[in-house]
Amino acid sequence: MVNVLPLTLTGAVLTRRDKVLVGPVDLTLGARGITVVIGPNGSGKTSLLRMMHGLQRVTQGSVDWAVPDAQARRRQAYVFQQPIALRRSVLANLIYPLRLHGVPRPQAEAEGRAIAARFGLSGKLAQSAPSLSGGEMQSLALARALITRPDVLFADEPCAALDGQTTRRIEAHLTAAAGAGTRLIMATHDMGQARRLADQVIFLLHGRIHEMGDARPFFNGPATPEAAAFLRGDIVD
Amino acid sequence: MNDLLAGLSEALRLIVTLDADLIEITLRSLQVTLTALVIACAIGLPLGGWLAVRRFRMRRAVIATMNALIGLPPVVVGLIVYLMFSRSGPFGVLGLLFTPTAMIVAQVIIITPLVASIAHQAMRDLWSEYHDLLISMNASRRQRIVTLMLDGRRALLTAALAGFGRAIGEVGAIMIVGGNIDGATRVLTTAIALETGRGNFALALGLGLILIALALIVSLASHWALRTERRGRW
Ligand SMILES: Nc1ncnc2c1ncn2[C@@H]1O[C@H](COP(=O)(O)OP(=O)(O)OP(=O)(O)O)[C@@H](O)[C@H]1O
Ligand SMILES: [Mg+2]
Repeated sequence: MVNVLPLTLTGAVLTRRDKVLVGPVDLTLGARGITVVIGPNGSGKTSLLRMMHGLQRVTQGSVDWAVPDAQARRRQAYVFQQPIALRRSVLANLIYPLRLHGVPRPQAEAEGRAIAARFGLSGKLAQSAPSLSGGEMQSLALARALITRPDVLFADEPCAALDGQTTRRIEAHLTAAAGAGTRLIMATHDMGQARRLADQVIFLLHGRIHEMGDARPFFNGPATPEAAAFLRGDIVD
Repeated sequence: MNDLLAGLSEALRLIVTLDADLIEITLRSLQVTLTALVIACAIGLPLGGWLAVRRFRMRRAVIATMNALIGLPPVVVGLIVYLMFSRSGPFGVLGLLFTPTAMIVAQVIIITPLVASIAHQAMRDLWSEYHDLLISMNASRRQRIVTLMLDGRRALLTAALAGFGRAIGEVGAIMIVGGNIDGATRVLTTAIALETGRGNFALALGLGLILIALALIVSLASHWALRTERRGRW
């Protein structure tokens, strides 16, 4: 099977009512690794991910995968900043993407139970998903996104509501998924997490890529004063 | 007050003695209304879901029309169906005028907009909640509608109950197209109208109480059914 990557954005701009939310963005994301998108609140992290995933159509430029869009979409998954729970049980949520792909129910349920065990949700399978705690809901959203073993996973602050221990567990799942070949593109405001996970960093400011490059050099000595200030926790504008 | 008490005791007498006419009329009421309801739901529920997930140019106009049709006077619907099925009408050859089928047709026309409209509102709200997720998961249009109908089934039940309530209590249209023929098209509402006209208030009131009880039982039963289903694993 050909990989859906690389992903190429060419002069991609996203506007809402004449206001530019992100762009123009030019970049290419290669086949492997973890790309972490960082930047201040409102800098356009969510908008960039949504634009890449195709949830928002670009107003200018283009977003291109290595395979036709319809094919590429089927092999991506997205974890939203505010997790969306279907009004069903946890198990029904987990198997939902498999059922959409036509996997028979018994097989889907077996896979659902297996992934629930890995994500610490085994005791909650019958509980209705909207009644989960914020952190449990985030675990569920991530497990549900990974159950199809997507080629590409977009995760928008997947650990925002999680305690330290759960965060570490989720990070382990993310690294494992990346190790197994899922291309991970995630936004986070947690610089510790960014350092732990990133192979590559995109630093956004005012909807534009201000700095982009390999993680190690970026964290050791960012090229721009704004990125340096952001890493220090200073105000950036 | 006396009339009310008399009505109550008449209702009790009819029920306790399992009055044959009463049972026949009640069963026909249920048969006509439930058949109409099943058809109206088969049309209205998916239509509501479809209108919730689909964006097209005439969408607002279609929704406005659907909502306006809720207010369609039943008597006028009855009149139109009558003209359609009367011997000189386009469907006259079918010979359906003054049969339960004609009554069902009229009721379907009366309640489908109501069922579709309530279903649409509920599923539109659910759709705004689910939109990003289902788009992201690449669900087909059919899968989107099915998901909304499944997860919004409680609201769909409300839509169906509203339809049932409107249909079981309807009298104008089915009087015109059914003709209130004894043993053929007489139902609870038309019987009440007839007995009231004849001055048999106790009997009319008795029938009325049975009608109300019927609506209550159906409503409670369906809510109970959904509650049990929810406790099961989903
Ligand atoms: N639908 C919209 N309509 C108008 N403006 C929007 C819309 N969505 C986002 N914006 C604006 O676009 C900018 C970028 O928003 P975005 O959510 O991408 O930021 P973010 O980097 O993800 O922020 P955070 O760290 O708070 O999640 C913000 O100023 C936001 O107000
Ligand atoms: Mg965001």
